[in-house]
Amino acid sequence: MALIELRDVAKTYPPRRRGGDPVRAVDGVTLDVNEGEILGVVGYSGAGKSTLARLINALEPVTRGTVTVAGQELTRMSEGELQKVRRGIGMIFQQFNLFHSRTVWGNIAYPLKVAGVPTSQHQARISELLHFVGLADKAHSYPEQLSGGQKQRVGIARALAASPKILLADEATSALDPETTQDVVDLLRRVNRELGVTIVVITHEMEVVKNLAHRVVVMENGTVVESGSTFDVFADPSHQVTQRFVRTVVDDVPSQAVVEELRRRHPGRLVTVAFREGSVSQTEVFGELISRGVGFQLVYGGIEEVQGRTFGNLTIELTGDRVDEAVRALSELVAVREVS
Amino acid sequence: MDRVIELGPLFLEATIETIVLVAVGVTVGGLLGLVVGTGLYVTRKGGLLSNGVVNLLLNIVVNVFRPIPFILLAVGLQPLVRQVFGVGIGNVAAAVVIVFAAAFGIARIVEQNLVSVPPGVLEAARAMGASRTRVIFTVLLPEAFGPLILGYTFAFVAIVDMTAIVGTIGAGGLGNLALQYGYRQFNPWVTWSAILIVIVIVQLGQFAGNAGARKVLRR
Ligand SMILES: Nc1ncnc2c1ncn2[C@@H]1O[C@H](COP(=O)(O)OP(=O)(O)OP(=O)(O)O)[C@@H](O)[C@H]1O
Ligand SMILES: [Mg+2]
Repeated sequence: MALIELRDVAKTYPPRRRGGDPVRAVDGVTLDVNEGEILGVVGYSGAGKSTLARLINALEPVTRGTVTVAGQELTRMSEGELQKVRRGIGMIFQQFNLFHSRTVWGNIAYPLKVAGVPTSQHQARISELLHFVGLADKAHSYPEQLSGGQKQRVGIARALAASPKILLADEATSALDPETTQDVVDLLRRVNRELGVTIVVITHEMEVVKNLAHRVVVMENGTVVESGSTFDVFADPSHQVTQRFVRTVVDDVPSQAVVEELRRRHPGRLVTVAFREGSVSQTEVFGELISRGVGFQLVYGGIEEVQGRTFGNLTIELTGDRVDEAVRALSELVAVREVS
Repeated sequence: MDRVIELGPLFLEATIETIVLVAVGVTVGGLLGLVVGTGLYVTRKGGLLSNGVVNLLLNIVVNVFRPIPFILLAVGLQPLVRQVFGVGIGNVAAAVVIVFAAAFGIARIVEQNLVSVPPGVLEAARAMGASRTRVIFTVLLPEAFGPLILGYTFAFVAIVDMTAIVGTIGAGGLGNLALQYGYRQFNPWVTWSAILIVIVIVQLGQFAGNAGARKVLRR
């Protein structure tokens, strides 16, 4: 049984204007998040990602379907019971949402008080958390005295204070520069590895998903349009939305404009060959060409690494007498696409 | 000028009366205003305790009473005050009217200050498992504390103004003194001495409010 189970979950908001259509923010999502994994949720603005997160910790009641967390069906619970469940689900935000009336220390103490942790234990727990996120010297600073990255670290420490099993990260790095984003991504990975916290990472930054997530779901108009392991989604995106997202970080297939340019310069036959680590190696593929005396030139493409495995698309120009035969042989080994 | 010195004890008494009226207005009216203002904010659509009916009722009550010019409210409430408190004139009646007017004025100020708290901060607290009422008392109000102090300072000045007007319904205080012994007896020295004391009271209050807000807002 998965740690988080969504079954045909829908959330509809009342129409924005009188007489308008209701807003289907989440529209029939079925999804499992396994214990210990990092799930990436990507989608364009308005796809329903934040709403989905708010259904997982029941900040909003569902319109339809069931949400089950650690075997407890949230959709049947009273507000009082839900408050207890929420103490086991941390959440971090794009705008950090720190309490400006409290110091860093006070921010982290807040969830401890809410969870009823005795004050005598606060000192040890808060120092431990501050060390974990690398802010031991900032305990008595106020949020406005911190940089964006430091604020998010406080956000993470605060979210982890009551030792939750789940962390929901809603665009947690979207307000940060690339370098700081990488720091926070590294920290979240440690949260997952060292503390065993299951993380749902909501983002539109594919770089973050690529570096962090084990599995990805892609949302559009409140529904999940694609899901799979991060490697599969990046190596072979099938839905159009996914392809657009993947292209933001992996640009190894020539666009139409590039194809026309390539055509002008390369009169030979152009094919794009897809490589996947663990299947056929480049040596084997190029061996087929060499053995037939087919000339080849790499004209476009790249090799990427995701989750420690490489993949990529290489576009090659083939010249020689036995090109047709070579392409047939390649097609037996790997996915080959004609460039036209 | 001699007259001012002659009236010295009266000035002292009037100053104390004004200060007491202001204090009652700011604390009791302030507390009621805080309750009503917080109610206005949290019962809004999408609020922590969203409730359309309560919100509508609160808005109607506030919108009806708040715009009434204070002098008319003071006079108009007299029968009611007499019914409830036994006296319709004097300092007690004045205090009741001031509290009433201050509560509605402050309610709107409080509501506006609470709107300035980012909703995400409240959501963060709720996501930690805090109850809605807990969020109101431990996050919403503390987060708005700095602006609230400034709002109350603003209200304080308005309440000082009210304490001068209640001279007309038989209350004491510097307003009454200025009217009785200054204006009616054609003695601008007395009037302006009273005005001077009011200015000092307002300045002190304003200074304390600004200093408090600066401390809370850390700037
Ligand atoms: N409280 C609400 N009331 C009405 N409509 C809402 C509410 N919250 C979200 N919506 C609508 O639901 C849809 C999904 O919103 P949501 O915030 O979940 O999208 P998102 O994927 O998180 O987008 P973004 O990337 O911009 O954060 C949007 O059309 C939004 O306007
Ligand atoms: Mg969002």
